[in-house]
Amino acid sequence: MAEVYARGKKPEYLFWVGCAGAYDDRYKKVVRAFAKILAYLGTDYAVLGKEESCTGDPARRAGNEMLYLMQAMRNIELFKTYEIKKIITICPHCYNILKNEYPDLGGKYEVINYIDFIDSAIHQGKLKVDPAVFEDAKVTYHDPCYLGRINGIYEKPRSVLKQMTPHIFEMQRNKSFALCCGAGGGQMFKEAEKGSKEVYMERTEEALGTGADVIATACPFCMTMLTDGIKYKNKTENVKNLDIAEMVAESLNL
Amino acid sequence: MVKQYFFAVAILATLVFFTLTAVRIIRFFRMTKPAFPVRDLAKRFIVMLTIAFGQTRILRKPFTGLMHALVFWGFCVILMGSAEMIIDGLFGTERSLHFLGGFYDFMIASGDISALIIGVAIILFLGRRILLHVKRFEGIEMKAISHIDANIALLMILFLMLTLQGLNITYCEIKVLNQEAIVGFYPVSRLFMGLFSSVPESVLKVWYEIFWWSHILTIFIFAGYLPYSKHFHVFMSVPNVFLSRLYQPGKLTNMEHVTREVRLMMDPNFDFGMPASDIPAERFGIKDAEDISWKNYLDSLACTECGRCTAVCPANITGKRLSPRKIMMDTRARMKEKGPGLVKNGKSFDDHRSLIRDYITEEELWACTTCNACARECPICINQPELIVDMRRYLVMEEGAVPGLLKVTFNNIENNGAPWAYSPEDRLLWAKDLEIRMN
Repeated sequence: MAEVYARGKKPEYLFWVGCAGAYDDRYKKVVRAFAKILAYLGTDYAVLGKEESCTGDPARRAGNEMLYLMQAMRNIELFKTYEIKKIITICPHCYNILKNEYPDLGGKYEVINYIDFIDSAIHQGKLKVDPAVFEDAKVTYHDPCYLGRINGIYEKPRSVLKQMTPHIFEMQRNKSFALCCGAGGGQMFKEAEKGSKEVYMERTEEALGTGADVIATACPFCMTMLTDGIKYKNKTENVKNLDIAEMVAESLNL
Repeated sequence: MVKQYFFAVAILATLVFFTLTAVRIIRFFRMTKPAFPVRDLAKRFIVMLTIAFGQTRILRKPFTGLMHALVFWGFCVILMGSAEMIIDGLFGTERSLHFLGGFYDFMIASGDISALIIGVAIILFLGRRILLHVKRFEGIEMKAISHIDANIALLMILFLMLTLQGLNITYCEIKVLNQEAIVGFYPVSRLFMGLFSSVPESVLKVWYEIFWWSHILTIFIFAGYLPYSKHFHVFMSVPNVFLSRLYQPGKLTNMEHVTREVRLMMDPNFDFGMPASDIPAERFGIKDAEDISWKNYLDSLACTECGRCTAVCPANITGKRLSPRKIMMDTRARMKEKGPGLVKNGKSFDDHRSLIRDYITEEELWACTTCNACARECPICINQPELIVDMRRYLVMEEGAVPGLLKVTFNNIENNGAPWAYSPEDRLLWAKDLEIRMN
């Protein structure tokens, strides 16, 4: 962003990568896939790169309001510097806090979730996925809490998946009834409390119970959790955990 | 005339007792903190119509939801009949609202049918509670008293329905015997008229009086008992829905004094439009009863311990101690315990106990994933995660009592802008050698 801006250009979108996109090896592939889609569409965007910093979401939900505010205010200042108006996010936690909680601090932007972005590109005919790639895949979709229950985005991910495969199997707890993967609210970064089971195992078992061979997700933390679950269940050979963006990129042969 | 006097005394006693209870609870509310300004009345009205009167959320469980909805709608209809009974009791009249004509027939008929439906539903509810093992009704917070409380209320409602049907049947019977016109329309009671067919009129009249009085007196006792029971729900749930948070689900709200502090830290010249001394220094987050907002307290009073929240909580499902229902029950219990002392001695009152630790453990608070399934499920819009995060805020910002790994996470965010200990310089590694194809 800094370079583009220095050249006197103002890209239409800021692509907010998020911490998992920057540092998690598995999730970097998702970001690459989505970046390919953005390039394919000729989207005018830039990333903040080393200037990007945590939205403060995990701190806020773990009770550290002070740290959240420092992060949020810093980011809002940065957005102001680059005159940012539209932000595309992939992580639902970043999406939620930028869209719904930054405005309380004066940071008001058009925040677009990547699923929305892909879905509208498909509807505008700009993305023509090849239905042959995932034709035989049996897919189940895990609703991330911060995309589904909190922001009401249930249908669009399913509609994107339907472009790629007719075989979609719903888990028993789906949409607003969906079970959390266990990573939200700061849980991603700490040990779970004592219990009889890990939350992600409960959810993985439910996903595997559908007989699907692809568990589609739309959140980096859900991906970590479910990938671990598949590993513990020794199903890595038969079941893949893919992000919707990866599936779309693959269906476009990008 | 004697009857009227007795009735007046009974209703007065009920009102006095109820007022005393209400005053006590209002005083507790005075000890709470502000939540949000109550605006958008039109929107609130619609929310109340759909979620409270339309029962949309409880119907997410179709069968028990429908049972509850039938009981609720029946209750609303029967309430009109109860109002008539109060007028009749005070003025010595009989069926005083009959001048309403067609609406009266409709009101009486639906009350008559509802009494049967509610009676059946209550028997099912009782049977389910006593005979079946419903997981949702168990848990560490569900003590023997919780179950007794539930069954007492159900039995009282069943008794109310039986006496209502009884008084309707004997009323119809007496009118038929005297060849007088029956005021109102009684589709169910007329079917059961055979039950009293061989009973002489004098005995029928005694039965009628017994049914009438036991019905109305049970209503008075019920009204007095409710605020001391989880069934305070009956009074509080509709207001709780009307006063629900209208903002995005899962949204956390700003803490004004923390925001101010951070703003000043980042820009010492920031103008707030008022001097710092106008904002009272207060505790960060929630530690105890006096820190909760009026909405938190209202939530806790409206909770009827149905456990829909706990049944969908990922932490609870996987055997962790956290139960969103317990958070609500503990909040209510703590206010009951500390409230009188707060009212008497002011907000600085300290009984050396607190909501955190003496009621709710840190372990419970740290088990929440803020997935908001509990809040989504609650049929009357209680918000449990907000309270949980507010208690975390206390633990983190007042005590620094944070699980070890989260402390590391906070440090990482503070030092390198990410929850993990990686350098910001590496943020673009994902884009290395990325091959792109333009359309």
